[in-house]
Amino acid sequence: MLCIRGLGCGYYGRQILWDINLEVPAKEIVGIIGPNGSGKTTLLRTISRLLKPKEGSIHLDGKDIWQIKCGELARKIAVVSQGSPEETLTVEEFVLLGRIPYFEGLQFLETNHDFEVAKECMALTDVLRLKDRPIGRISGGERQLALIARALTQEPALLLLDEPTTYLDIAHQVGILDLIKRLNRKMGLTVLMVLHDLNLASEYCDRIALLSEGRVHIQGTPQEVLNYKVIEEVYKTVVVVEKNPVSSKPYVLLVSEDEREKRKKKL
Amino acid sequence: MRSRTYQWAVWLLFFIAAVITVSCFSLSVGSFFIPFKNIVAAILHRKSCAEHVILFDVRLPRILLAFAIGGSLALSGVILQGVFRNPLVEPYTLGISGGAAIGVCLNIVFHLNRWFGILSLPVCGFLGALFVAAFVYSLSVKKGVLKIQGLLLTGVMISFISSSLIMLIMAVSRAEDLHGIVFWIMGSLEEPNNALILLSLGVSIVGLILSYLFCISLNALALGEEEAMHLGVNVERSKRFLFIIASLLTGFSVSIVGIIGFVGLVIPHCMRMLVGRDHRILLGSSFLGGAVFLIICDTLARTIITPVELPVGVITGLVGGSAFVYVLTRKQIPLKGK
Repeated sequence: MLCIRGLGCGYYGRQILWDINLEVPAKEIVGIIGPNGSGKTTLLRTISRLLKPKEGSIHLDGKDIWQIKCGELARKIAVVSQGSPEETLTVEEFVLLGRIPYFEGLQFLETNHDFEVAKECMALTDVLRLKDRPIGRISGGERQLALIARALTQEPALLLLDEPTTYLDIAHQVGILDLIKRLNRKMGLTVLMVLHDLNLASEYCDRIALLSEGRVHIQGTPQEVLNYKVIEEVYKTVVVVEKNPVSSKPYVLLVSEDEREKRKKKL
Repeated sequence: MRSRTYQWAVWLLFFIAAVITVSCFSLSVGSFFIPFKNIVAAILHRKSCAEHVILFDVRLPRILLAFAIGGSLALSGVILQGVFRNPLVEPYTLGISGGAAIGVCLNIVFHLNRWFGILSLPVCGFLGALFVAAFVYSLSVKKGVLKIQGLLLTGVMISFISSSLIMLIMAVSRAEDLHGIVFWIMGSLEEPNNALILLSLGVSIVGLILSYLFCISLNALALGEEEAMHLGVNVERSKRFLFIIASLLTGFSVSIVGIIGFVGLVIPHCMRMLVGRDHRILLGSSFLGGAVFLIICDTLARTIITPVELPVGVITGLVGGSAFVYVLTRKQIPLKGK
């Protein structure tokens, strides 16, 4: 579905990404992980066409994304970014903005179909009960859901998410990712998301790409990517990787300085 | 949400009714009071009595001009506040009025109006406004991207520079020129040239229509430029066109009537409180609201101490400012919210 070849880009002369090759097959969930400053968000911004690549190409269904018109691209790719939306809009008004890519030239009002799609998406993400509340007056978790609802209202084939679980408690983290998984299973939505939490990436992603200093260090299934050698090399911190007893996916455990000292003494 | 469309229609009808009401009121009051039934009679019979002359040669042109200018300034304000996502921006923030003022001052000082006729005043003002708008714009474009925050800062600086230049011009000009400059800067809706009035009407309405082509983009821009791009909005094109529309509306208004403050700042705020933040209704209601506001203010300006006429800018500032402060403190509304 999405195919990135030899991509290099950066801001203001400073190159951030080098020679990125990444494939996002249709109907899969692909996670991008990596240390702070490794270029995860930049990669996402390049895919959503906020940044123009210096070299290489990004193809969506065989078409270069820079050859696709703005409106058409927005009907194919929807982005859930970290930005805080305008606070005085109600949830419903906010979600309805997701229908903008479907407006015809001189159309000013939403059609009944637009309202229905928005309602459906709010129901899916469980924010329908909040539809008349201002975005500024709902909790962080609910706001994230509203953002996802707006992205779904675009009826995209590919959903990009930038750290959808930041600032959320564990219940909401799992809630959001469960929702994404459900959307992936039921609606065949392809998902590419940046995640900070390695264990969530391991649990929910079909494939993971690990970025390090602007390059793809390794990509593959969670089992292939998440082993202690790779992680220690990229993150420069000591970890232990175990198997999650429930899902038997890799589970990354952290080791504090005290524990490391203790180990050293014992040895 | 069906009801939302009806609500918008009701608001529009309300504002249109308000425009008609205040226009009728403004037609009948003045140093010579004309009762409403006489107005109707004068319109119907088309005879050239004194009432007819006062109505059609004195009062109606002013009302039409106030409608056009009030609408233009409020529309320009709401567009710029939308593009900049900053509720404190107004049409004069970007230095466009300063440019127009310099143009007019130079015209007065060099007596260009004696050679080229009185029409050269608005022409010079408009050229000055265009020059500043183009200058501010070109300073803020980097690699084909219009840097909105840069535009705002340069605009504010250009305003300061131009007001200093105006002071300089005033300091070195002669007493009778000084009077003309001060008179122009204070702003007045007295305009003897009917063609200019019709032209400003046309410009304001064309501006309104063009701005509606971008109402959806403005709604998306409220989320931020990047989010708007994610929604498939051609952000650069929208910003550019909206800036041009707002500049032309402002430049045109300022060069014809001088500097009438406050309409472009207060009206968009009040409209946001009344009709909400959706630009599909906000643009139209701001236009009509600005028109109503300026017609009222101009009527006050010419009736309060008849036969002397107050500068209309004084009234817009006093009425608009105090009403706005009152509303803000009474209802505890956040500055940006409805």
